Amino acid sequence: MTTETIKMKGSDAIKLAIEEEMERDESVFIMGEDIGQYGGAFSVTAGLLERFGPERVRDTPISENAILGCAVGAAMAGMRPIAEVMFADFLCVCMEMIVNQAAKARYMYGGQVNVPVTIRVPFGTGIMGAAQHSQSFESWFMHVPGLKIVLPSDASDFKGLMKTAIRDNDPVMFFEHKRTYYYTNEVPLDKEFMIPFGQARKFTEGDDVTIVATGAMVQESIIAANKLKEENIQCEVIDPRTLVPLDKKTILGSIEKTGKLVIVDEGCKTCSVSAEIAALVAEEGFQYLKRNIVRINTPDVPIPYAPNLEREIIPSAKLIQNQVKNLI
Amino acid sequence: MNSDELPKEWSSEESINIYKKMLMIREFETRITKDAGKIKSPLVHPYTGEEAIAVGACAAINEEDYITSTHRGHGHFIAKDGDVNLLMAEIYGKEGGICKGRGGSMHVADFSKNMLGANGIVGAGPPLALGVALASKMRNEGKVVLTFFGDGASNQGMLHESMNLAATWKLPVIFILENNKYGWSTPAQTATAVEDLSLRAQGYGIKGVIVDGNDVIEVYKSTKEAVDLARKGGGSTLIECKTFRWQGQTTTDADKYRSNEEKEEWKKRCPIEIYKKRLIRGEIIDQTMIKEIEEKTLEQVELSVKFSKKSKKPDTGTVLDDIYKNPIDIGGN
Ligand SMILES: Cc1ncc(C[n+]2csc(CCOP(=O)(O)OP(=O)(O)O)c2C)c(N)n1
Repeated sequence: MTTETIKMKGSDAIKLAIEEEMERDESVFIMGEDIGQYGGAFSVTAGLLERFGPERVRDTPISENAILGCAVGAAMAGMRPIAEVMFADFLCVCMEMIVNQAAKARYMYGGQVNVPVTIRVPFGTGIMGAAQHSQSFESWFMHVPGLKIVLPSDASDFKGLMKTAIRDNDPVMFFEHKRTYYYTNEVPLDKEFMIPFGQARKFTEGDDVTIVATGAMVQESIIAANKLKEENIQCEVIDPRTLVPLDKKTILGSIEKTGKLVIVDEGCKTCSVSAEIAALVAEEGFQYLKRNIVRINTPDVPIPYAPNLEREIIPSAKLIQNQVKNLI
Repeated sequence: MNSDELPKEWSSEESINIYKKMLMIREFETRITKDAGKIKSPLVHPYTGEEAIAVGACAAINEEDYITSTHRGHGHFIAKDGDVNLLMAEIYGKEGGICKGRGGSMHVADFSKNMLGANGIVGAGPPLALGVALASKMRNEGKVVLTFFGDGASNQGMLHESMNLAATWKLPVIFILENNKYGWSTPAQTATAVEDLSLRAQGYGIKGVIVDGNDVIEVYKSTKEAVDLARKGGGSTLIECKTFRWQGQTTTDADKYRSNEEKEEWKKRCPIEIYKKRLIRGEIIDQTMIKEIEEKTLEQVELSVKFSKKSKKPDTGTVLDDIYKNPIDIGGN
């Protein structure tokens, strides 16, 4: 065990986790479109082919259904596959294998089979991807019993959670916001550095307002919290890190202290992650609330191409800052 | 097939138009590649080198007929007589673009021309083409649909379902497979165990043909035959056009996965040069006309850039418009 850390960006931290796990466990392998020689659309897997060879780093045809089916089947047969869906938007092509097969196999077959598959999903806005290359679908999958949903927001969490995902014995959807690939922070080099599912992370502490945020919205919220601090408003920024299981305790505990909740989530507002968290707090933490719950989401609109239009709808630090001030 | 001869039904003017369109696609893509830094989107896919397919195929249909396109859609847009100014402005993300800056390069569409849209989802065009063809059939309109897709797309389940249904229902859909040998970085031969993807047609019970995708006349003739068959109620055809994309996957792709030799080899078979030589041999055009056409094309591209730069950014106040035909309250932040 080492306590050493190294500064790296999110995408490299994911790769490091995959590399370490592939080295540790022969049954771990990865497949997807253009992930080998090309290194992946976002360079997450660059170098893995050279290191582990084409048997374990598999370039596939453009066949999302086959990729997911193959991964889920291999998992049922005792392997630990990682499947990459190049853009979250393409999940629509392979919903069947995830929702009706992977998520349900264990339960419907009476607990006879495990499905230890990790499904990697780059998602979100920020590259002028427009309506079919920018979406945030994580809340859809929260609605599917049997799946675990991970959504880290920085490099060290990417590493620790990816390792947990690969070793987990159930199907894990691992959402990677494209913008967070480029965020850098200190990442532990310890090969047993694992972050358990269901443990939120507090980025800042404060008594005034609780801000729960996911993915790229965590950074935006931290920026907003730092600005608000200058005005003597103390915010507690919490990243749940895993949406299923969800760390209710940390969220409710914070609201007990602050009495005010702002939720920031890049998904469209209706039936979003923020909707689920708001419902949870209304149900189990109503007595703590001193104000109405505020949800900051992308409105219910397809993502437009023009950068000024995209900026207009995606929650920003400035918007969070204003909304917090309105609340106080 | 002797494609050295121009099709008898083509007037000189039509023959020259074919040339103009191919050249327009080439110069358009060259220009957006040069402007990639200004356009900023990393998801702009140039059609350079494949011009003969879109232009040859679209020459075989009428204005009322339909096409569906792919993520690499500028060529299809131009071939279906789309306005270059509106295309350029869309890629620039401007209000004056064909989709008002909402769609961008991967979603250019001109419904007034029955160009039903480029598509960001690989393989999503052909299933839609089925329905368009079905509508035409149910209303006895005699219209046909060309659905363009790549070798990469051919491995989507959506293609299997589409070809089967088109064959079974004898739908007037023509599947135009642009086999440019690569799906992004993936060589077709590592994604399929057969070289000729048109072999699949047999399994569905439709006709499958292979054409030289760099020969606009060959593409035209095969498409014409397929269109005639479809209009007579004879159903669908799969036309595999062998070709090569000259540029990277996108305007910003480093394209390290293909060798220079391979690229150079294909550039020797430039679809525009091949056709130009025929026009010269057939004494349809001469050097003066060629020069004129080149200048005019460049000028039009230049004008489209000017048009785009002058066009306003979309008004952010309108970002929630156009979601529904009968609007509902969306809310917002
Ligand atoms: C469903 C889906 N999967 C993957 C992609 C990512 N992608 C975009 S273009 C492309 C390659 C497509 O290859 P092909 O169909 O041969 O068309 P070409 O790019 O060669 O014109 C890929 C993998 C996508 N857009 N949609």
